[in-house]
Amino acid sequence: MDRRQFVKLTGIGVGSLMLPIAGRMVSAEELLDPGMDFDTKKRLGSIALEAATDAGASYADARIGRYLNQFITAQETRIDNIVNTESAGIGVRVIADGTWGFAATSDVTPESIAATARKAVAVAKANAKFQANPVRLAPVKGAGDVQWRTPIKKNSFEVPIAEKVDLLMEVNNTAMENGASFIQSVLFQVNEKKFFASTDGSFIDQDVHRLWAPFMATAVGKDGFKTRTSLGNPVGMGYEYLDGDAAEQVRVSGANIGYRWSYDMVGDARDAGRQLQAKLKARSVEPGKYDLVLDPHHLMLTIHESVGHPLELDRVLGYEANYAGTSFATLDKWRSGKFQYGADIVNLFADKTQKHSLGYVEYDDEGVKTREWDLVKDGILVNYQAIRDQVHVIDQDESHGCCYSQSWADVQFQRMPNVSLRPSEEDLSADDIIADVENGIYIVGRGSFSIDQQRYNFQFGGQLFYEIKDGKITEQIEDVAYQSNTQEFWNSCVAMAGASDYRVGGSFFDGKGQPGQVSAVSHGCPTTRFNQVNVINTARKVG
Amino acid sequence: MAIMTEKQAKELLARVLELSEADECECNLAGSNEGNIRYALNTVTTSGEVSDVTLAVQSSFGKRTGATTVNEFDDDSLKRAVRRSEELARLAPENPEWMPPLGPQEYKATPTWSEATANVTPEQRARIADASISPSKKEDLVAAGFLDDTEAFIAIMNSKGLFAYNLRTECNFVATIRTADGTGSGWVSRDYKDISKLDSGAATHVAIKKSLGSRDARAMEPGRYTVILEPAASGTLLGNMLNSMDQRAADEGRSFLSRKAQDDKPPPEDAPHNRAGEKFFDERVTIYSDPAHPDVPTPAFAADGHAVDRTVWIDKGVVKVLPNTRFWADKTGVPYRPIAFTGGGFFGASLPFIMEGGKRSLEEMIADTRRGVLVTRTWYIRPVDPQTQLYTGLTRDGTFYIEDGEIKYPIKNFRFNESPIVMLNNIEELGKPVRIDGNMVPPMKIRDFTFSSLSDAV
Repeated sequence: MDRRQFVKLTGIGVGSLMLPIAGRMVSAEELLDPGMDFDTKKRLGSIALEAATDAGASYADARIGRYLNQFITAQETRIDNIVNTESAGIGVRVIADGTWGFAATSDVTPESIAATARKAVAVAKANAKFQANPVRLAPVKGAGDVQWRTPIKKNSFEVPIAEKVDLLMEVNNTAMENGASFIQSVLFQVNEKKFFASTDGSFIDQDVHRLWAPFMATAVGKDGFKTRTSLGNPVGMGYEYLDGDAAEQVRVSGANIGYRWSYDMVGDARDAGRQLQAKLKARSVEPGKYDLVLDPHHLMLTIHESVGHPLELDRVLGYEANYAGTSFATLDKWRSGKFQYGADIVNLFADKTQKHSLGYVEYDDEGVKTREWDLVKDGILVNYQAIRDQVHVIDQDESHGCCYSQSWADVQFQRMPNVSLRPSEEDLSADDIIADVENGIYIVGRGSFSIDQQRYNFQFGGQLFYEIKDGKITEQIEDVAYQSNTQEFWNSCVAMAGASDYRVGGSFFDGKGQPGQVSAVSHGCPTTRFNQVNVINTARKVG
Repeated sequence: MAIMTEKQAKELLARVLELSEADECECNLAGSNEGNIRYALNTVTTSGEVSDVTLAVQSSFGKRTGATTVNEFDDDSLKRAVRRSEELARLAPENPEWMPPLGPQEYKATPTWSEATANVTPEQRARIADASISPSKKEDLVAAGFLDDTEAFIAIMNSKGLFAYNLRTECNFVATIRTADGTGSGWVSRDYKDISKLDSGAATHVAIKKSLGSRDARAMEPGRYTVILEPAASGTLLGNMLNSMDQRAADEGRSFLSRKAQDDKPPPEDAPHNRAGEKFFDERVTIYSDPAHPDVPTPAFAADGHAVDRTVWIDKGVVKVLPNTRFWADKTGVPYRPIAFTGGGFFGASLPFIMEGGKRSLEEMIADTRRGVLVTRTWYIRPVDPQTQLYTGLTRDGTFYIEDGEIKYPIKNFRFNESPIVMLNNIEELGKPVRIDGNMVPPMKIRDFTFSSLSDAV
């Protein structure tokens, strides 16, 4: 995350919490201002395209963005902070002399836009002398005039702040009444209003909404403290996600409640308080090999780290070598058509089309219509994630539609789409998966996670751990983490639940690039079993 | 005009305060010029410059506060910003932990600015990148790197008469040099206040040597080893531990510095209840912060304008004092010990620190080692158990086996599961501290460092 973006929110003494967002603070009412109309944006976008073309660009796109955020943070019985922000401006990206150039401005007058477009062309020409090979762009048919909005039922920004404050207070009080000593809860609400124009003939206006309501509760006992984070998911939905519709809950016998497309935050806080008390008393795990049954809220992060990141083509090629790293999933493995990424039953796919997911849009940030494609089919590595200037490297002529920029001020680049594990065709439940396990551990929630720079070796923890004996959950245990290697792990996958158990979790602030940019990405999966995974005990004695 | 002089900033903030109708008003003005260049696969991939200046205004009526920001400074814009913050303050719920603004403070001058960094040009950045790419190409290696430079100012003024101003510069250079076949990788980083100290070519040669030397690494069994951790290998672990030393978390039972609850004696409500004063580490461990340190200077004030001076956090292994907030210091009756303003970090300000060490260089420490593992850097460090400060992560970009005072051969990377508390009790030797990520960290020779598994990553 870019350091300067924090300064605006923190130097003022309004609280110590720093949020990874850009923009100026505005009133709640201003968040509802519809902003510029389509025709105005089309006119301004066209000015950028024309100025860039006149200056010598062979291709240009312009993104006019208005990015709105509201974050509310509550600590125990008090509201720490209410922050509304807005950031608006235009980013112009061009190809000139076979090289990319980019420039951005918050001044959206015609003169400023034209000057910014010319600056982007000048940057491209200046960098052209360092360019070994000219940019090759996969063709895209112009989309014409398009308007799209995330299908929300309740616009989060229309819900009164008092109602949100009441919800967070009820969440915190409920957790503390049920066993938590401390709790911090947060409501993140994001609205990206972004217009895209390109010399391909696209004028695409999208109104994207996202929501996340996490908390972390802590209980202090005689021998120390334990924490438990929320089991709700970040989603591409409106405030309706917080309605707590019981029909969207998945109950696992003797263990947790999972949430599909509706979240009961107060109910989860109640469970957190009780489970924290159980964690304080729980037995420490005996290290060794176990059959693991992984809840979707946990497995989503394993998918993110061990499938999502290694199959980003820019990482594979070496463009991220100095920061996030490269990838074990090299081109020769893909070209062989035989690389066994996982067991035969493992099918992993990418998309930006799953309704309610964080990645869901109709067009990506370079005007490509979004779609779904296979990454691992019947266990074999079959594809990567690639955008317009990359697909030629993997002998394809159509972008996958996963280009994204965190704001108008940052250049768009390849970002992870939703990457998900397909459920079994058989309609098995989580209980059915657990019923077949003799000696195992059921893991719920995302905990500590760490993976190497080529995505081989990883170690993951969780929030809740349950011992499984002879097909039944017996008791809550603690101090569990598992270590494995990506290929070995996915090849140890032996069973997964069906579509009715499929849930979609995600990451609201996934970081990549230098300077860093964040993006939001979802991962769907059912409850899944992996055999004979190495479990370590993380308890230590110090001091 | 992203950078304002002290006089310009003072005049602007005084105008803002004149507009205020609130009980109290605090203003913060921050601006920066930043430039960067990124390269990969031996070619420049992106470069850019960003200028920004923002005024934040916080108004308070009683314990209700509202804040807003603006980046236009004409009279009408300033007035709108002040009025908007006052409107938000009237709507906000009371914050029981609100503290009134501080009065005037006296600040020590700190040497945070360098003319060379303030005046760096795009051409200079390109030359710095080229000095890293060219020698790599000559060796048939593949260079990827990033340079960013910043000149930034911050000014704070409030209705109680406090005024603080600081102008600072910094630059960060990082390069990863890999062999074309992907069997070797080396890394280097340098950060300075003064960019004229940066020799990207010399730095890159360190990474080139590691890259060539790390090819065909052998597998060694995971286990407990004597390690020599270069400063980049231990800096994040130390920083994470120091950032967990918050007094309130300790007093409330949520930290490794908490006292365990006594069944018959509930912890006192309004007094510190932590383990400050106890010896936690080897007596060679002394860690302090000092805004006036010549190599890692910071502004001599915190984000609220409170003056900060040299503070010893850990003295000869004893945890002396813990950082806190004004509210918590007041509640528990201890001095307020804020962290110097450093521009922030993810979800919280981080404590800039200086760890004392010895006189010897890394090379001298290697020459004196019978058997051990040299770790260039560590990566993807995540907390496993906050109570014991157990972290996991991996070695990366140059891990070597040392025998009889010499680097014998490269070894495969390890995953570690280790606590800095244990690490700082198992010290064999501390070398001469160097600047890394804005902190001063010595190379360390540590016995019984726990590697828990092998990684195939290069």
